[in-house]
Amino acid sequence: MKPHDPAPGPEILAGFTAALATGAIRIIDLTQTLGPDFPSIVMPPEIGQSRAFRMEEISRYDERGGAWYWNNLSFGEHTGTHFDAPIHWVSGRDLPNSSTDTIPVADFIAPAVVIDCSKESAQDADFLLTPDFIKAWEAVHGKIPPRCWVLMRTDWSKKTDPAAYQNFDDVGQHTPGPDPDAVRFLLNERDVLGFGTETIGTDAGQAAHFLPPYPCHYYMHGAGRYGLQCLTNLDLLPPTGSSLIAPPLKIQQGSGSPLRVLALVPSNHAGAPRS
Amino acid sequence: MSETIKRPKRKNPILKTRAPTLPPDRRSRIALGLVRGAALGNLELQCCAACGAVQYPPREACVRCLSAELEWTVMSGRGELVSETTLHHSQELFFRERMPWRLGLVRLAEGVSLVVHLDARCGPAPSPVIVEAVLDRAGQAALVAKPDGGNTALADEPKLRNFTSDPRFRKVLVTDAKSAVGQAVVKAVLEAGADLVWAGHCEPWKNPPGWPAIAELPKVTLVPLDVTDTKSVNELAAELGFKVDIVINTSEHHRTFGIFGRAGVETARAEMETNCFGLLRLAQAFGPVMQSRGADGETSAVAWVNLLSIYALSNFPQHATYSASMAAALSVAQALRAEMRVAGIRVINIFPGPIDDEWNQLLLPPKLAPSAVARAIVGALKGSVEDVYPGDIAQDWLARFRDNPKALERELGR
Repeated sequence: MKPHDPAPGPEILAGFTAALATGAIRIIDLTQTLGPDFPSIVMPPEIGQSRAFRMEEISRYDERGGAWYWNNLSFGEHTGTHFDAPIHWVSGRDLPNSSTDTIPVADFIAPAVVIDCSKESAQDADFLLTPDFIKAWEAVHGKIPPRCWVLMRTDWSKKTDPAAYQNFDDVGQHTPGPDPDAVRFLLNERDVLGFGTETIGTDAGQAAHFLPPYPCHYYMHGAGRYGLQCLTNLDLLPPTGSSLIAPPLKIQQGSGSPLRVLALVPSNHAGAPRS
Repeated sequence: MSETIKRPKRKNPILKTRAPTLPPDRRSRIALGLVRGAALGNLELQCCAACGAVQYPPREACVRCLSAELEWTVMSGRGELVSETTLHHSQELFFRERMPWRLGLVRLAEGVSLVVHLDARCGPAPSPVIVEAVLDRAGQAALVAKPDGGNTALADEPKLRNFTSDPRFRKVLVTDAKSAVGQAVVKAVLEAGADLVWAGHCEPWKNPPGWPAIAELPKVTLVPLDVTDTKSVNELAAELGFKVDIVINTSEHHRTFGIFGRAGVETARAEMETNCFGLLRLAQAFGPVMQSRGADGETSAVAWVNLLSIYALSNFPQHATYSASMAAALSVAQALRAEMRVAGIRVINIFPGPIDDEWNQLLLPPKLAPSAVARAIVGALKGSVEDVYPGDIAQDWLARFRDNPKALERELGR
């Protein structure tokens, strides 16, 4: 739809919901289950710590509350499958509309492209996505459109052993991510909406040693763009043509939030018969 | 290890598991003076400040001069067995189940006569003995006479073994076996003859030094356990709580901040979450099922050990929030002790001074080696105490606390 088109009538959504009902559009859940067993971010022990997900029963049809079951939850904003707001990083601290309660809601529904780095990540846990890798992907799938999520598929979410998922050795974490040039390319040359990963951060495990440290956080949030991490099921998405519904909780001055990420996928996309 | 205690047979599952009984435990307030020393392993009797007479049993006034100025004083324990008898009948359920029971009369070097539980290894009267104040299954002070010399370990005497929480042939849960202290405790309880150790560990992606070797030890089974996670605690208790004879709670979260050193409450909350609420979660999950096994044969559920801190007694402002969490944990431990006592299960609190670990790096020696903490824990299990203050710092702080808690508060605040 171009801006100068006449205002759409009610039929515009009818087509969409009909496509959902018939399965012409499939909904794929990109969310990990939020529970205490899912790995939480590791920080040096002397600095501030993000709380891991914890759930305490208020009552369960028992003397603590007759006929009802409910829980109290506690967790850091950056727990499980979660959204990073620009205000999360110092580079985004002074931007307008940069926290979970003020980000324009239009940004929460957006198209996505998926760059498959699963083979490379399986061979090298420290695999870094580079501009050349992205350009090679574009040569096959076309140029990344502006205001689009770029999702880095690594199949890391298939590592159900928490130790393998975190992948620490005595010099830290080894998980794939973008290199600084790739982040700059995606922002400056492609104007992306955000970057999403299957690992515990949008940055690589060793990104503390990059220049700048944690480049995806630094540049993405400095540009007012977003992050998604701990995604799953990226292998069920086509390289292009899907859209994400990814609204974080409306937390006042929130730096991020666990969220449900849904992908809308046309059923007849190129990669459909994959599994 | 002595061969005097043989591995007990497995229980006969068609027979009803006995319910715990306790030795008679009503005491006057004055008589409870004995338990103050016994909790630490000291034999203390009343000594008259006016005339110097030592008396037993405890009374409100001196039997010789009627002075009310009586001071609880540590005795030598040396004495002579004057006479002995063997009990074949009692109206008390606890002793009925354990007949025959040997009793003796001991003349202590300080000049007072005591009725004591008599070690089978003591020679016939007259013979030299050592009298100790121990804790019985009700947590009350009891006097035991052992032979003077030779192997006198309580746990090696078939009847007096009842006063101990000997880990031999027992199954032990170490809640955090990954920490330096936890690793040392696993080794120490195995050396002490435990049948097996369930080694609790959380955050499986963290692999601290020494941990892989612990996992390789025979008789060690790794079990996932995060005391900050109710689900994790409940799941483990459901799986094996009915087999745990001894819980050793080594889980600890220690940061080194004063009140102004770390803004906000998150660090303090994390300390509370592990040190206080972690104990509460463990208690709720493992306590009731252990209570049901307080008399489950020779390898019944028998003890619960909490690794606290000397800072639980009085706040060390340099580690303010940690101290607060340990004071809270001590309070929970006291309540747990009262609950577990009905099943004859002893709750032992360990109050070490600074342990030689990364969080106490900036404190000057002396600091306790993790192995010393483990030795203190095993020593308490093999013996008959409930409060342990291992090391010079803990002993010094305890003495200062008992002498003048307000003075200690000022001194620690400097």
